[in-house]
Amino acid sequence: MQARLWIPLTVFVAIVALLGVGLTMDPERVPSPLIGKPLPDFEVARVDDPKDTISPADLEGQVYLLNVWASWCRACRQEHPVLMEASRQTELTIVGLDYKDERPKAREWLRRRGDPYALSAFDPQGKVGIDLGVTGVPETFVVDAEGIVRRKFVGPITRQQLRSEILPLVAKLRKSS
Amino acid sequence: MIPELGTVALALALCVALIQGAFPLAGAHKGIAPWMAVARPAAMAQFGFVALAFVILAYAFAVSDFSVAFVANNSNTALPIYYRLTAVWGGHEGSMLLWSFVLALWTLAVAVFSRTLPAEFAARVLGVMGLVSIGFLLFMLLTSNPFERLSPVPAQGTDLNPLLQDIGMIIHPPMLYMGYVGMAVAFGFAIAALLGGRLDPAWARWSRPWVTVAWMFLTAGVALGSWWAYYELGWGGWWFWDPVENASFMPWLVATALIHSLAVTEKRGLFKSWTVLLAITAFSLSLLGTFLVRSGVLTSVHAFATDPARGVYILTFLGVVVGGSLLLYALRGPSTLGGSTFSKVSRETLLLANNVLLMVAMATILLGTLYPLVIDAMGGGKLSVGPPYFNTVFVPIMSVLMLLLGVGNLARWKQDSLGRLWRHLRLALAGAVVIGGGGAIMLASDTFAAKTAMVALGLILAVWVLITSVQSLWTQLSTKRSVAAGLGRLPAGAYGMVLAHVGLAVTVVGITMTTAFNVEERLRMAPGDTKELAGYTFRFEGVDRVRGPNYDAATGTFKVSHDGQQVATLQPEKRNYMSGGKPMTEAGIDAGLTRDLYASLGQPQSGEEGAWSIRLYHKPFVRWIWLGALFMVGGGLVALSDRRYRVTRRRKAEAPAGEAPAPAEGA
Amino acid sequence: MTSRGLWLPLLAALFASAAAGAVDGGDPESMREFDSPQQQERYWALLGKLRCLVCQNQSLSDSDADLAQDLRDEVYVQMAEKGKTNEAIVDYLVDRYGDFVLYRPPFEPSTYLLWLGPFLLLAIGFGVLVVVVRRRQQALTQPLSEAERARVSELLENESDEDKRE
Repeated sequence: MQARLWIPLTVFVAIVALLGVGLTMDPERVPSPLIGKPLPDFEVARVDDPKDTISPADLEGQVYLLNVWASWCRACRQEHPVLMEASRQTELTIVGLDYKDERPKAREWLRRRGDPYALSAFDPQGKVGIDLGVTGVPETFVVDAEGIVRRKFVGPITRQQLRSEILPLVAKLRKSS
Repeated sequence: MIPELGTVALALALCVALIQGAFPLAGAHKGIAPWMAVARPAAMAQFGFVALAFVILAYAFAVSDFSVAFVANNSNTALPIYYRLTAVWGGHEGSMLLWSFVLALWTLAVAVFSRTLPAEFAARVLGVMGLVSIGFLLFMLLTSNPFERLSPVPAQGTDLNPLLQDIGMIIHPPMLYMGYVGMAVAFGFAIAALLGGRLDPAWARWSRPWVTVAWMFLTAGVALGSWWAYYELGWGGWWFWDPVENASFMPWLVATALIHSLAVTEKRGLFKSWTVLLAITAFSLSLLGTFLVRSGVLTSVHAFATDPARGVYILTFLGVVVGGSLLLYALRGPSTLGGSTFSKVSRETLLLANNVLLMVAMATILLGTLYPLVIDAMGGGKLSVGPPYFNTVFVPIMSVLMLLLGVGNLARWKQDSLGRLWRHLRLALAGAVVIGGGGAIMLASDTFAAKTAMVALGLILAVWVLITSVQSLWTQLSTKRSVAAGLGRLPAGAYGMVLAHVGLAVTVVGITMTTAFNVEERLRMAPGDTKELAGYTFRFEGVDRVRGPNYDAATGTFKVSHDGQQVATLQPEKRNYMSGGKPMTEAGIDAGLTRDLYASLGQPQSGEEGAWSIRLYHKPFVRWIWLGALFMVGGGLVALSDRRYRVTRRRKAEAPAGEAPAPAEGA
Repeated sequence: MTSRGLWLPLLAALFASAAAGAVDGGDPESMREFDSPQQQERYWALLGKLRCLVCQNQSLSDSDADLAQDLRDEVYVQMAEKGKTNEAIVDYLVDRYGDFVLYRPPFEPSTYLLWLGPFLLLAIGFGVLVVVVRRRQQALTQPLSEAERARVSELLENESDEDKRE
């Protein structure tokens, strides 16, 4: 008779424990299924030269960042100075993927604000974006020398992230390649 | 200066709440009358201070005092005054103040209307509510003070989230909070009963009106939320099983079970243990809802800006309050020995089954809502649990419940027999199958079988509940002499029950019809284009630019005609608020009892001049969803008007004349 | 965006279409061609099972978002042009977006509890119902114990006292 009165309390304690654990996690972060897998292959035109193409094969042997951006994206403006700093002051190779954009606008954007990209790919219809699992811009992938995706950042990269997460990771990947 | 007064007011309220929490409970425990007597004045004082804080915050919004951070983050001088005032609860800090205000209001109500309760009991109830107040006031003062200053003072505020600049925002949160927080009263009653060791039908009779009123508000709040989403979000959805919606629906399910359980406890002295547990659970779910919305544990369109630190506080508070009360329940739970009995087939059994089903439904929704968290915690990545899951599991449970509801409408207390029930119900069953099934076949004959079956299920169940509910009045009548006299003599409670159950049937009809027969067309239209939809002709007249107080809008005009006659003009809007953010859609709706005509603007299209992507809808019976909720609220109101609850007034009226007070009714 | 040079022809087109009478507009979805009505239904049914990743609780069939349109295009291409099965299309999307793209949680070991949970709860509920009702029946037939008898007389005494007090 007495025992069953303790059931509600037990159930409740379990729920609170779960919620407590939940507090330590971040529901916004949707992990990418690409991590640990090779970057999907693509071949698309360049932003600056429509006749020339880019593909991940061009970057084999290098550790690099693939940054998905667009000229209509507000958050990309936030991130841009960080990318400029990264490309100028460090040895970071950044490849840009211009997502669902118009060439003239993209070129103007890069001209006015600066071009942090070693290479700039143009994905006007977002097809590459789908292959990469892009849900919004900006997103940034860290790819190692064998072309395997190691990390994905959703949202604008902050200086803090650059210093404490990206650069160390890139250094580590470079050493092991 | 004035905002600081707000903080002071909250601090004073906290002090009073401390007194209100400590003294009456200790006094009731030790039997010290003066300590117990502190409860009422303390409750009144606490209300005074919290109300003062609330008024001060409202004032800060009214005068656009952007030195107050909360005002700066949620308001704007271009915002019309009524939205500036609504913005008081437009963000986390202000909504916590609303919580405290509503709690203080309920506490005041209990203090004022509890004079007929034994002093010890009343003291305990107010004491418990005081303890809850402490939690919320402390939370505000420690982590979420709405009166925090901002420096330097911005010239202009950020603005209230455009989604919230709507009449729905004016009424939905206060209604919902009245319901949510009202569960604290039931909670207080339950704890007071456990502490005092006295759990009798009188306790149930005292609790019932309070629970009914809170339940009414909760019903209205949930329905308003659904209605608001329907016209605000632009695609005609009315329920999304969003975690925060679930957080308000779960307490509603439990509160409904509580009302029914209280009925049994009052009438037959049974289910005391259940009733207490339900009261604790209902309030626990309210607190859980508060946690889910503010802690960042789950994402939701409703979620406030999340902050894990706040989450930790609320979780701890939740743990202490609910854990403590469940511990008390385990230690002091009423014994179920003795008491009346009832046979296997009886109204008691059916009500018990009803409550079990409601609890199972609640637990299922809880499972689905928290499951993504479980998976994530176990390292399984992200999972989304949405409408496909909830619809699949919820409908069967509710179907069984409605089936039993019909039987329960006619079942006798204490002892009944399957044979008798069958004799009385078979006509109703036949009627339901014929009308519901027939209706389904007529309406859905041109679609596939599964759809017809679903429509049939919904309609049959609804008609079944309808017939049996009205029939229950009839069977109570047949023992009286004339129909009119008999009808007049039925207690209000009986009518309330019928109205509420009919409300459920109406809602189910609405859900069934609109889900099955909703017609949608997504297309591109240029001015002059027309489209035929469900027998109506929609003619797009074009889009005009309009300027609102704090937004720019593109207003589309649609003329709708039926059989050559013009029946409606729809004016959907696409608004761009000055404060930035995504464009907001305002749907153009022609509301009707049997159908809604709905249009919303998408994007301007390149190509033809003035072309837009448009969505057009014909939604049959969608209003019935909220009409049913209105009936349910009405049912509660009617039930409240029952003579039983007027005893105090009669006594007071008669006493001055020197007559002996009338004997207490029903026990 | 139209440049000036196109205005005149467009205006002409507008007048022409107005003169021609009411015409149905077309948006990408209404312009799609399917092999059969069944395929069209299959298309919409599948969309209803996939989540719009940038919306709050909407499926790909409901949502207005750009990404949703892109994914709808992709699903259409795979289904109508490449002839893939539903399973293949779903796998394709899950490979890129993870399980989160499934609007309806899959039925696999990690979600057994989710899908079977409600049945479990119903069974528990039913069990509770049966136990409680049965216990009532037993109480009817069992004579009072000594302690219970004493309690009954105590209660009776207290009750009569209370009546007098009222």
